[in-house]
Amino acid sequence: MIAPALLWTLVFFVVPFAAMVLMSLAHLEGREVVQGYALDNYLRIFTDPSLRKGIFVSLEITALVTVLSVLLAWPLAWIIASRVPPRWQRLVLLLAVLPFWTSYVVRSYSWALVLGEKGVVMNVLVGIGLLAEPVQIMATRAATVIGFTHFFVMLLTLTIYSNLIQLSPNYARAAEDLGAPKWKVIWLVILPLTLPGVMTGAFLTFVLCIGDYITPQILGGNNELTMPQLIMLQLGRRGDFPMASALSIVLMAIVTLAYLASARWLRMERV
Amino acid sequence: MKTPTRPLVATCALLISGTPLAADELNALIWCDHADPALLEPFETANDVRVNVKEYEGTAAGLTLLEQSRPGDWDIMVIDAVDVPRAVERGFLAPLPEGTAPTGDYFPEVLFTDSVTVDGTVYAAVEKFGYNTLAYNKAAVDPADMASLEALWSGKYDGRIAIYDYYLPVLGLVGLQAGIDTADLDAATLETLRAPLMDLRAASRQVSDVVASQTALATGEVDVLIGGGEWLTAVLNAENPDLDWTIPEEGALLWAQSIAIVEGTERPELAAKFIEYITSPEGQARLATSSCYWGMPANKAAGDVLGDAEKAILRWDEQVDYLSRAQLYPVPDADTDAAMQDLWTDMLQN
Repeated sequence: MIAPALLWTLVFFVVPFAAMVLMSLAHLEGREVVQGYALDNYLRIFTDPSLRKGIFVSLEITALVTVLSVLLAWPLAWIIASRVPPRWQRLVLLLAVLPFWTSYVVRSYSWALVLGEKGVVMNVLVGIGLLAEPVQIMATRAATVIGFTHFFVMLLTLTIYSNLIQLSPNYARAAEDLGAPKWKVIWLVILPLTLPGVMTGAFLTFVLCIGDYITPQILGGNNELTMPQLIMLQLGRRGDFPMASALSIVLMAIVTLAYLASARWLRMERV
Repeated sequence: MKTPTRPLVATCALLISGTPLAADELNALIWCDHADPALLEPFETANDVRVNVKEYEGTAAGLTLLEQSRPGDWDIMVIDAVDVPRAVERGFLAPLPEGTAPTGDYFPEVLFTDSVTVDGTVYAAVEKFGYNTLAYNKAAVDPADMASLEALWSGKYDGRIAIYDYYLPVLGLVGLQAGIDTADLDAATLETLRAPLMDLRAASRQVSDVVASQTALATGEVDVLIGGGEWLTAVLNAENPDLDWTIPEEGALLWAQSIAIVEGTERPELAAKFIEYITSPEGQARLATSSCYWGMPANKAAGDVLGDAEKAILRWDEQVDYLSRAQLYPVPDADTDAAMQDLWTDMLQN
């Protein structure tokens, strides 16, 4: 029964992965790829300041986006699940995920226009006197984080909401009967029970964010390079497939570590 | 097949193909200016052929595509003129039949004979050229300042500069500012460009591709783009006539794209016919004013087809002066190219 699944995994994961590992051990001589079995590319990733910085930039942005998205998505999901009448919840969720319907590239360019010096955000902030003059958001890390967070709040809202509506209302009632104030019910009862949903969404956010190329490329203004940008630079500019493969393997290793950490912390196999 | 299904299948086929079925097909690896229907349709109609195009960016990416394809997959390739020998060396281009392009009518400075001819055989024809230089918003920038590249390092435009994200022309321009000709750029001279490049980076707001650069100029995010030129501002001219370009006293870099027949094509006659069309005065005028980006036609005879307004935007009458002051793209060997890209990555990441 599991043969098709094994075959699928073999053809679409194991073989391509093995080919990528093999390629990462090759090197570029002039403009030609020469197969070898050295770890030079990996060594260079951790010794070349520009490449090493790419790892840290990616991790910093991803961590910030994941935390911000969770902080914004949880209250939103809770409001939809507990404050919006059930007959309206479907519509509110639909509105929440509406940005998903737009092309990823179009959405990023839209943010570029919104966050520009003459965009809506600066016009409002300067108009109401909060800022004396426009400040630069576009082509900074802040723009990348905003673009990412907008997208991932929606994703996390869905995973947390699906967790919230499965909770029996008796947990909250029991806590209230025992005299717990509303905030304690949320903080000590509901929030811990939704952690599996939070962690699932946070892990998805981490994976999608750290591997994304488009958002930092369009909104970040090339002012710092993330790992996917460095990978594209190797492929599109240098034709350096070995280095691109090595960077991809490192990226996969980071994602694997993130999975193991989250699975261990919350025993995600039970989720 | 039951009769009622036939119209359905035919309709589906038409919908999938997007256009009425043509007798033949031509597959072309192109830059985005060749995707303009206004350029392709006259050829398609006249020859009852459908031209399938695939855009690519950067010679390395184009050569990789060819490497991963089977012989016969591609018939035509648009390629940077200076990179033709690279493609020939790897066996990707077929000799161009004599007389395919009317080179006798060309601007002599853009024949690029040394690049498109390898061991006495012509492999490509130059089709369009232009400059990597300074593009700017003259409503926000004093045009007199743009007479010298020095203005970008003066501090006056700090935070209002964008750098075009292509290492070859920008390093060439930084070299010109430092008094180094593009032909003299090698691994040794490259290190002397590190400090001015980093200074330029510090003074700039972003390093961006074509679309992001156009957006930044159009929205006023930046006022000057180093590496830009008519190819970037001309398509925006109707919306914002203040977007302009110039060649500073230090000079500019001349870019030239060429078109070639891919080795192994099964339609060599049709491919040659396409090149004949592209290099004809009519094809050249359409290519020069393509919806993706504008550029000067290599064939001077296109001047008879282009309108006065179009020629004014292209600075047709100033080409003699511009060509005399422009330098060719750097053509680095593999090691220098790697060093240039390392320097560029350092610049992006710091």
